[in-house]
Amino acid sequence: MLELGLFYIAATVSLISTILAVTRYNAAHALIYLIISLLASAIIFYLVGAPFAAVLEVVIYAGAIMVLFVFVIMLLNLGQSGDVAEHVLLRPGMWIFPSVLCVILFVEIVYVLQSSERLLKGIVVGPKDVGLELFGPYVLAVEIASMLLLAGLVGAYHLGRRYFIDVRDTPTAQPLAAMSGDDHE
Amino acid sequence: MNEAVVIPMEHGLLLAGILFLIGLLGVLVRRNIILILMSLEIMLNACGLAFIVAGAHWGVADGQIMFMLILSIAAAEVSVGLGLLLQAHRRFGSLDVDQASRMQG
Repeated sequence: MLELGLFYIAATVSLISTILAVTRYNAAHALIYLIISLLASAIIFYLVGAPFAAVLEVVIYAGAIMVLFVFVIMLLNLGQSGDVAEHVLLRPGMWIFPSVLCVILFVEIVYVLQSSERLLKGIVVGPKDVGLELFGPYVLAVEIASMLLLAGLVGAYHLGRRYFIDVRDTPTAQPLAAMSGDDHE
Repeated sequence: MNEAVVIPMEHGLLLAGILFLIGLLGVLVRRNIILILMSLEIMLNACGLAFIVAGAHWGVADGQIMFMLILSIAAAEVSVGLGLLLQAHRRFGSLDVDQASRMQG
């Protein structure tokens, strides 16, 4: 019964933070709520008996992918000067509600980890089973995923070059374009 | 004690569906490219949640493997999407997708 209650609490936190993430004006605030939503999803994964997926959700989704968003938001600076953005970010109304949601999730995960052996009575599919399946029948999918990641790497490198647009606009970038060796024009 | 309370699959799938709908509404309504990419992430995460819940219902590892594939898709998609976002910011000076509604050439 307790497991069900924890599931519903995490689901409520996930829904609230997702709705808030979609409706924020400021991209940084939306990102905070999105990270909370992903952490709530990780707790749900753990509760339904998928601990490896929960770890991947925290490490890769809430860690790596969201850090990419943070980099881009900080890189673009989005029109505001830094001081104004800091003032808005440090106002209490902006961080109290995300902190409350985080505290709910934290209390929940501490409780789950303390009473894990008598809480998770369903079938737990651990990392060993996942690994055996992944490199047994699904090894072709692993290869395809690696090629997909390589394509993503090449695409991000190609799109992230700074002189990609300068070739067309400014004459000073002509030597760079000639040096790059490929023909965009 | 084998009759343990497990989380009903329908509720997990319902949660995944609601999250997917919120992400879809975000993609359709928001005009900021960063927010659109975040809504895409919400949709992919909802798909992963549905896979995990369904896989846990039958006690197999396939759901988690599909979640890992979705994770790699999300990583590739977000890297290319953020590269496109940087280019759009350099080209149009803003992150509004309506700025790019006309094609040339």
